[in-house]
Amino acid sequence: MDVVTLSRLQFAITTLFHFMFVPLTLGLSILVAWMETRYVRTGDELYLRMTRFWGKLFLVNFALGIVTGITLEFQFGMNWAEYSRYVGDIFGAPLAIEATAAFFLESVFIGLWIFGWGKVSKKVHCFAIWMVVLGSNMSALWILLANGWMQNPVGYVLRNNRAEMIDFGALLTNPYGLIKFFHTVISAHLLAAFFVMGVSAWHLLRNSHPEFFRRSFRMAAPFALVAACLVMFSGDMQASVVAHFQPTKFAALESTWETRSGAPLNLIVWPDAANERNAVQALPIPKMLSYLAHKNLNSEVKGLKEFPPEERPPVLPVFLSFRVMVGLGVFFVVASIAALLLSRRTTWDRHRWFLRLMFYAIPLPYLANQLGWIAAEVGRQPWIVYGLMKTSAGVSSNLAPGHVIGSLLGFTLLYGGLGVLDFYLLTKIAAKGPEAAVTRKQEA
Amino acid sequence: MTLQVLWFALWGLLWALYFMLDGFTLGAGMLHKFIARNDLERQQVIRTFGPVWDGNEVWLITAGGATFAAFPTTYALMFSYLYAPLLLLLFGLIIRGVSFEFRGLNATSSWRRCWDWAIVLSSLVITLLFGVAFGNIFQGLPMDATGYHGSLLALLNPYGLLTGVLFIALFLQHGALYLAIKTSGELQERARRTARILWPFMLAVAVAFLAFTSPATALYNNFQTTPTLWVVPLMAALELVAVRLLLAQNKWLQAFAASCAAIVLVVATGIIGLFPNLIPSSLDPAYSLSLFNSSSSPYTLGIMTVVVAIFVPIVIAYKVWIYRIFRGPVSDATEEGIGGNY
Repeated sequence: MDVVTLSRLQFAITTLFHFMFVPLTLGLSILVAWMETRYVRTGDELYLRMTRFWGKLFLVNFALGIVTGITLEFQFGMNWAEYSRYVGDIFGAPLAIEATAAFFLESVFIGLWIFGWGKVSKKVHCFAIWMVVLGSNMSALWILLANGWMQNPVGYVLRNNRAEMIDFGALLTNPYGLIKFFHTVISAHLLAAFFVMGVSAWHLLRNSHPEFFRRSFRMAAPFALVAACLVMFSGDMQASVVAHFQPTKFAALESTWETRSGAPLNLIVWPDAANERNAVQALPIPKMLSYLAHKNLNSEVKGLKEFPPEERPPVLPVFLSFRVMVGLGVFFVVASIAALLLSRRTTWDRHRWFLRLMFYAIPLPYLANQLGWIAAEVGRQPWIVYGLMKTSAGVSSNLAPGHVIGSLLGFTLLYGGLGVLDFYLLTKIAAKGPEAAVTRKQEA
Repeated sequence: MTLQVLWFALWGLLWALYFMLDGFTLGAGMLHKFIARNDLERQQVIRTFGPVWDGNEVWLITAGGATFAAFPTTYALMFSYLYAPLLLLLFGLIIRGVSFEFRGLNATSSWRRCWDWAIVLSSLVITLLFGVAFGNIFQGLPMDATGYHGSLLALLNPYGLLTGVLFIALFLQHGALYLAIKTSGELQERARRTARILWPFMLAVAVAFLAFTSPATALYNNFQTTPTLWVVPLMAALELVAVRLLLAQNKWLQAFAASCAAIVLVVATGIIGLFPNLIPSSLDPAYSLSLFNSSSSPYTLGIMTVVVAIFVPIVIAYKVWIYRIFRGPVSDATEEGIGGNY
């Protein structure tokens, strides 16, 4: 394999691994902050125990999200030096702002939250976790504005042999970046809600701490439903943005080969990229694809044949990731509605099957989140910056395959070890359940 | 031009702040296993920097991000040329961060012993590699029109290693002083003794570094053309001496402050010596990466200046507030924190 392929593989592995932790951080911080807010308002000890139990799971996960994030900042320079040099003038800014305006907030206040029990008032302690919520979610905003620029470059001019920023406002209001932020962050919130419901379901099945986990489940259910609906809504909006700015990606997501107006959406498709057609194509919904793309039943949707083969992304992985993600999205809406309705009842006795389902559903939002990244970033290929710079042109010129094979091996070993540790700790803490009672005195 | 110089200064300042703030955690981390004799004391060591280390590490992320945004060419070449050492540094940072958080989650002694060693070794590797990297940047990297001609082994040259040892010595002293003001009882006594023992070693390394800098690098050229600048390394030396005088009088807080100042001034000496280069070329000055040939456009630098002017004061304000909340020595009783006992 060449340096480009190896570097892409390494970036994919390290990003996807990082994104095993980030969504839970983004979402669970909100739920924990809400639990602590309820505790501060009502003084109910159960909310304090909830804060501490879910907070502990949150922290294990948080630590890994933080440390694996540094890798990504380093890698732009290490493996993608030509890219960094060419676009750093505009791409570096959101990353630097992320550190200054968001990452500090998150990292400083998490210290206060972990070590501040009993040192500051209840209100200040609760304020700390809300600052973590703000910091981590703002951090996602800046990262996705940077990513949005790679998808839809705006606000720059080609000058001095590179892309130079001329309009910071355009970077901030890039529709691609904003909608991707919205969709990604809400998906993360959904993942956290399913995590809380899934772990709660496991305990409810065993009748351990029933009141504790019933209430946890009940807090997460409406959160999940709102998130699931917003994920679908923002996903639909994003589809239109993709169709508008990245027609090749949109065509690959749906495996559409021919350009046509009033295009149907085929429910069953299997792409055959070698012959530039679909091997299987059935159950069309008339004009639906045109509607999804441009919110107009008769609009024209561009097919992949419109573009030269060297400018098309690999169809099969993009198409499959997208299909499975959308299917999971539908499942999340249905499951959230059921969860909300069933959690209003006083007993789960007649619906133990649903608790079992929710427990086994814990990995599904993780899968959907990862597939979303694969669809978005593989779908961007062969461009590193859509329409502006090819991925093959972005790699560091001084690297030999041996360098990247070595680092890839190192990452695989280290991340593999960390993944095992994380899984061990999370399951251990989750299975152990909450502390019996909180003995720590808190100043009023 | 003015903006470029301003960002060069900010770039140096960010590194100085990072080393000053993470320096005590790195130092305490290297000492961790040896200065604390039992699990209770080790928890105490971790509690001294526990609330602040993560926020301090963000200065490194900011220094990296600022290099990317303000000097993209330097960022691109520095990170790709120093591929192997940066990778090891990254692994060190990952392992250290995880160790602090995971150590307390399991009570068995083998689990904790494992993480204790991880803390010591990762802190040592991080410190050494930063020193080696800066030692080589001070000398200049072998780069020209055809690219980079160095290797990992070539970075481990005598001056690079000497700078690595300098960083280790400075941070060990810094960490010992930090522990001396943040702990109590026997642990504090041991930290104080360690700080006293370390001082002559640190001074010897610092003197050797200053002496070898003249033949090994061109850092002193700027000082010779503008002799008033000598005040910076002179003050660095005075602060190092002040550490000794203050700890002899048991003025530990002041000694730690002097150590903070010394680290900032040592980094400032290096950065002033580099000016206007961020990374000199050891082969041909025409290929040095300077603030003139590697910076972002004036527009981008202007935007970033506004961002820094707004957010850095806010960051400093809430960081000072948090340091005040956690001021004074940590308690020597075990504390059941939310993430296990620290």
